[in-house]
Amino acid sequence: MTGAADLPARNIADLQSLLRQGRISPREVLEVLRDRIASIDPTIEAYLSLDYEAALKEAQEVDVELPLGGVPIAIKDIINVAGQPCTCASRILASYQAPYDATVVRKLRAAGAIPYGKTNMDEFAMGSSTENSSVKSTRNPWDTSRVPGGSSGGSAAAVAADEAFGALGTDTGGSIRQPAAFSGVVGFKPSYGRVSRFGVVAFASSLDQVGPLTQTVRDSALLMNALAGHDPQDSTSLQADVPDYTAGLGRDLRGLRIGLPKEYFVEGIDQSVKSAVEAAVKQLESLGGEIVEVSLPHTDYAVATYYIVATAEASANLARFDGVRYGHRAENARDLLDHYARTRAEGFGAEVKRRIILGTYVLSSGYYDAYYLRAQKVRELIRQDFAQAFSRVDVLVSPTSPTPAFKLGEHSSDPLQMYLADIFTIAANLAGICGISVPCGFAEVGDRRLPIGLQILGKSLDEALLLQVAHAYEQSTDWHKIRPVV
Amino acid sequence: MSDSADLDVGYVAKLARLQLSDEETVLFQKQLGQVLKYVDKLRAADVSQVDAATHAVPMFNVFREDEPRACFTAEEALHNAPRQRDHLFIVPKVVE
Repeated sequence: MTGAADLPARNIADLQSLLRQGRISPREVLEVLRDRIASIDPTIEAYLSLDYEAALKEAQEVDVELPLGGVPIAIKDIINVAGQPCTCASRILASYQAPYDATVVRKLRAAGAIPYGKTNMDEFAMGSSTENSSVKSTRNPWDTSRVPGGSSGGSAAAVAADEAFGALGTDTGGSIRQPAAFSGVVGFKPSYGRVSRFGVVAFASSLDQVGPLTQTVRDSALLMNALAGHDPQDSTSLQADVPDYTAGLGRDLRGLRIGLPKEYFVEGIDQSVKSAVEAAVKQLESLGGEIVEVSLPHTDYAVATYYIVATAEASANLARFDGVRYGHRAENARDLLDHYARTRAEGFGAEVKRRIILGTYVLSSGYYDAYYLRAQKVRELIRQDFAQAFSRVDVLVSPTSPTPAFKLGEHSSDPLQMYLADIFTIAANLAGICGISVPCGFAEVGDRRLPIGLQILGKSLDEALLLQVAHAYEQSTDWHKIRPVV
Repeated sequence: MSDSADLDVGYVAKLARLQLSDEETVLFQKQLGQVLKYVDKLRAADVSQVDAATHAVPMFNVFREDEPRACFTAEEALHNAPRQRDHLFIVPKVVE
């Protein structure tokens, strides 16, 4: 075997070459990864559970010529992997064992990838810092006093800290892109319906989407080749052909129109984020892109719309956690209502309770029209904003988050401030379009460097173009080569 | 839009089958009051010309063939049950 010491720092494409040249076996890859996790994860706390036994068995038999043959992939703990825990970082699912593979896991396995561990997250994906995990707070590998972002914070931190070659996350309002930005990795949210949600615990069903977190854009394209496609078991899954997402990588940006939404470059953005994104825009221009200012006039309504639509859907989705068929059950209930109310009180954390209450309220008789119906109409206005913008430009560019990673505890007592951390990512979920965050620089804070993310948005099903643009930008910079020292 | 002061967290928690402590009720009342005040900004949006979007991608009547497929065995379905007996979920008594 070769280069064991730096092996965990390899990206998926490099790892595949080593595997296919026979310079390392899938089993050795897993063993090296296991050692890396054992040494680093007590500091980062990215994983909730690990199962090398099943993984090593798969590694023994896997064909390295498969598209992801022998590549270990970490899975956010909201996605079912047969025989593994699937806790959503919630007490209510603390002892839950997944009885089947989610479609995305089945597809990863079919491509030769090996799931071996489940990553930490905000409980039921509700949060932007991974502090809402009922188990532990994951640390940002660039500064362990800071959050990795969320809700897919475990997946982002694991990739950033070289304790995962790639990971799956879910993105309902930015939960892949924002932690990718905070942790200095690539995070890709496919268009709504592009990737199956079957076997993924539902938070907000009209917004949720599964996607990859990786070191490089090429790795995200490789994972998307395995993940995308129609699934008859998910009625919201789109019947559209899946292109080879790696095919367009390497093309330049000549002739492409790149839109800057003027509403995304206003007050409240950290100066270092603003400078980094402005430099990235210049870079895209120098690569041949034509920069065009566009307007998304209803941007200011996105966060408010999201917190009505998402909590309404969550309150309905989380009604299934009733302590009857699976999950935590309160002891010695007086009657059925007491059973439900105490089971859920004991099982859910504060943020989940808040959102269930808000969602129940906006759907309740007398308030439905004022809140939920109005929010759905504003959602349509936001969708139309993007449709108009994409009639003029090919992609849109913005910061992923208005600030770099914040400190643990900094926003945890103020839910509204935490919600505003998602201000640039939420609209893409409301509109169902695809988006990616790629590293575009650093903020110098004290003696630390904190990563900054560039968000690029593309229209529905335009993943291939989005990856092409992101790849061209990434390859023209060195940001993705700078790794945190943990 | 109604006044955010209309929110009665204790009452809504009952609707949501969620028992809250007194401390949680007071805290959520304050925090969600702030959130509702924030979402009040939606009142300013002109929605007179649009229909409600239920989904980002409008889709209707998605059907599949009604064919038998593999499904869970009783053991698999009961695998995570908090209490079970004789291939059944055991639940609190509902009918007197």
